[in-house]
Amino acid sequence: MAIEVRIPTILRTYTDGAKQVEGSGSTLAELFSDLDARHGGLRERLVDDKGLRRFVNVYLNDEDVRFMSGLETPVKDGDTVTVLPAVAGGSR
Amino acid sequence: MLTITRDLHDKIVAHARADHPDEACGVIAGPAGSDRPERFIAMDNAERSPTFYRFDSAEQFRVWREMDDNDEEPVVIYHSHTATEAYPSRTDISYASEPQAHYVLVSTRDDNDTEFRSYRILEGVVTEEPVSVVE
Repeated sequence: MAIEVRIPTILRTYTDGAKQVEGSGSTLAELFSDLDARHGGLRERLVDDKGLRRFVNVYLNDEDVRFMSGLETPVKDGDTVTVLPAVAGGSR
Repeated sequence: MLTITRDLHDKIVAHARADHPDEACGVIAGPAGSDRPERFIAMDNAERSPTFYRFDSAEQFRVWREMDDNDEEPVVIYHSHTATEAYPSRTDISYASEPQAHYVLVSTRDDNDTEFRSYRILEGVVTEEPVSVVE
């Protein structure tokens, strides 16, 4: 078993087109580092030095991790992590 | 070019008018790869603001999963500007991240005339495209 990670269209250039990849780790931060070892560059699109980038939403199963513990959110085998581009903007 | 039915065009305009002076936003889903907008989904503007919009993250998760289950994708992503031109702002461009989507902007700044325009936004480059409204 592993953690399943769903990748949005815009980031599939890092996963050879795969919609779904697998990884491991005990927190989201560890999972992203593990993924980056196989999908170089992916982590940087998700995380900056302040934490999760504001351009992405990350969900553990069906909950937004911003309402959990962000990058420190614990993850375990069998979980599904979904990455979606945040949809936002405005006239300014 | 964006080809959209009169009915869906009017639904976007009606949503923008109803939420004015706040920005309205939503999606029209269509079969993946078809480039055909079919299923209208008005989204909450979590910011409830006249100058900013953001899809509510929980609602977006449900809607995106539904599209995935139906083999659909967001063919149109729309929002309104309520005091300025229907042209993507710097913020709009920095967030745009659905390469296959038509980004529709409407402006409700004029009470009687709604500007309705469509763009492709790819890696920070905005390209306006013609809109064909079909019956």
